[in-house]
Amino acid sequence: MTETASRSKTTGLGQKGPSFLMALPAVAFFGIFALIPLIGVVVISFMEWNVLGSPEWVGLTNWEAVLFDRPFTWTALGLTVTFVIGSYLFQAPVALLLGVFMAGQQRYRALLAVLYFLPLLFSSVAVGLTFQSLFSPNYGLSAALPFEWLPNDWLANSDLVMWVMIFVVGWCFVPFHGLLYQAGVRQIPASMYEAATIDGAGRLRQFFSITLPQLRYTIITSSTLMLVGSLTYFDLIYVLTGGQPADAVRILPLDMYVTGFASYNLGYASVIAVILVAIGLTLSLLLNVLSGSSKMDSDKAGA
Amino acid sequence: MTHTTSSEPATPDAKTQKAITPETAGGDRGNIKQNKVRRTGAPGEKLNILGGIGGWLWLAVIILPIYYIVITSFRTSEDLRANNQLLPSTNPTIAPFIKVLENDFLHYFTNSLIVTLSTVAVVLSASVMAAYYITRSTTLGGKRLFQIILLGIAIPVQATIIPVYYLIQQLGLYDTLWALILPQIAFAIPLSVLIIVNFVRDIPAELFESMKVDGAGEWRILTSLVLPMAKPALMTVGIYQALQVWNSFLFPLVLTQSSEVRVLPLSLWEYSGQFGIDVPATLAAVVLSALPLLIAYIFARRHIVAGLTAGFGK
Repeated sequence: MTETASRSKTTGLGQKGPSFLMALPAVAFFGIFALIPLIGVVVISFMEWNVLGSPEWVGLTNWEAVLFDRPFTWTALGLTVTFVIGSYLFQAPVALLLGVFMAGQQRYRALLAVLYFLPLLFSSVAVGLTFQSLFSPNYGLSAALPFEWLPNDWLANSDLVMWVMIFVVGWCFVPFHGLLYQAGVRQIPASMYEAATIDGAGRLRQFFSITLPQLRYTIITSSTLMLVGSLTYFDLIYVLTGGQPADAVRILPLDMYVTGFASYNLGYASVIAVILVAIGLTLSLLLNVLSGSSKMDSDKAGA
Repeated sequence: MTHTTSSEPATPDAKTQKAITPETAGGDRGNIKQNKVRRTGAPGEKLNILGGIGGWLWLAVIILPIYYIVITSFRTSEDLRANNQLLPSTNPTIAPFIKVLENDFLHYFTNSLIVTLSTVAVVLSASVMAAYYITRSTTLGGKRLFQIILLGIAIPVQATIIPVYYLIQQLGLYDTLWALILPQIAFAIPLSVLIIVNFVRDIPAELFESMKVDGAGEWRILTSLVLPMAKPALMTVGIYQALQVWNSFLFPLVLTQSSEVRVLPLSLWEYSGQFGIDVPATLAAVVLSALPLLIAYIFARRHIVAGLTAGFGK
């Protein structure tokens, strides 16, 4: 009784929440180093800037040059699409199956789950140097294993390098998405499986009729992270290949870096960056719409 | 809704899970004994075997490169060329590690430590305060702020690096540790706020109100109610962001130059150029740079994985 009384009293006072000062540090950091740069990249895309001098306004020149006078932009876009789709087709099924598998109960699975996590502990440079060594034609895998069919120029073969990169990037990111799926599967009510078992549904049927639909929010979260993540992925591709051979994996983020910080054309690089942001935001929004509602607000624990 | 407990089922440890729900093995694809009796469908058995094979296969894929780093870091480069690279050396040596340690490794390590710890400390305090404001604000401000911050999750670091570079230059911070700390704090904030908000939201409004009635101010509520309740979220955020910052490559690559302020990932990159054909030394540096995280993982595995899965699963 007294509790309700005091409650109505406090709310009756037109209780104010915490002061905005509480949020100020976060807002300041986020505003200065994330939001302003986001606007800044659009501004710089209309400027000519070669790092040393100061930026100069040139209007649409950069945009025209990058979009129309530079055929490589479209090649890079094509490579990016291949990389994003390839990465998704590799990572999504493996991560999903792995997550479902890890959610099981046997002790050996718990042990496997411990080991699956390991790639998350290595920096992309560390992973890059490791695979560079493993894929070396002189002393790597192809020298150590007696299989004739193994290529010995994994990273120097322009037909192969894209698929090698998709694999290596997947090696790094599958564990994280596997964890997401494992958590998702563990939240599915057991009663659903029990009911399905009683109805005589086999495990395969249960997977498609219960597990997959119940995981829809996890699938959307994970897919968004995967797609936008590969769209803007830079580290490993730069370390392992620098885009070579023959620019076969010079996807847009790498193209942006090389154009900006190796060729010192920051105006062009900003155009590429704006294109990346636009594609990324479109992708996230699209997936958000596909999910039916704003997934960030909804609570899938109730699902 | 019992959101605070919803993090429990995400505990990765099979034993705990079993103890809580002995028979209700949620998404269990691979049956416990009781279920095996009931699930007699042949296709089910088949999938289970496939799952097992797939699981062990993926383990091989994960482990081979890691095994390769470790065994290679204990050999000389002559040994690497002369013998089978996939078998451990017959004459293991720690010379590669000594070479790395003699090349300023500890200096780079310290830089990484400074950058990671300060970034995470600021991210945690700023995010928890923002989350408190967002969840308890009675004005529209909180909601608006949350929407803007959520939008921030979709901002790719890569795409904003050019203006960040310009900004850091203008602030006179280029080639300092500040150049790494400040922007990384900013990019860590959106996801951190999201995760912490999801936890703080679950604190019953009555608790806030009764504290207010007792005369507690904002700080007191923050430190004695919000902080303890959000602890799991803070751990998740702390671990995840520490991993991100410790391993980040693009910021150091673009925003620093001199060896004074070099951090570990960049030092690996430099080592590989400097050591050239001495692959074992490069890989020894890889091992040394991953070692702190590996040790942390061994001791805090349960918290790390539970935190990550709960934080993102919410």
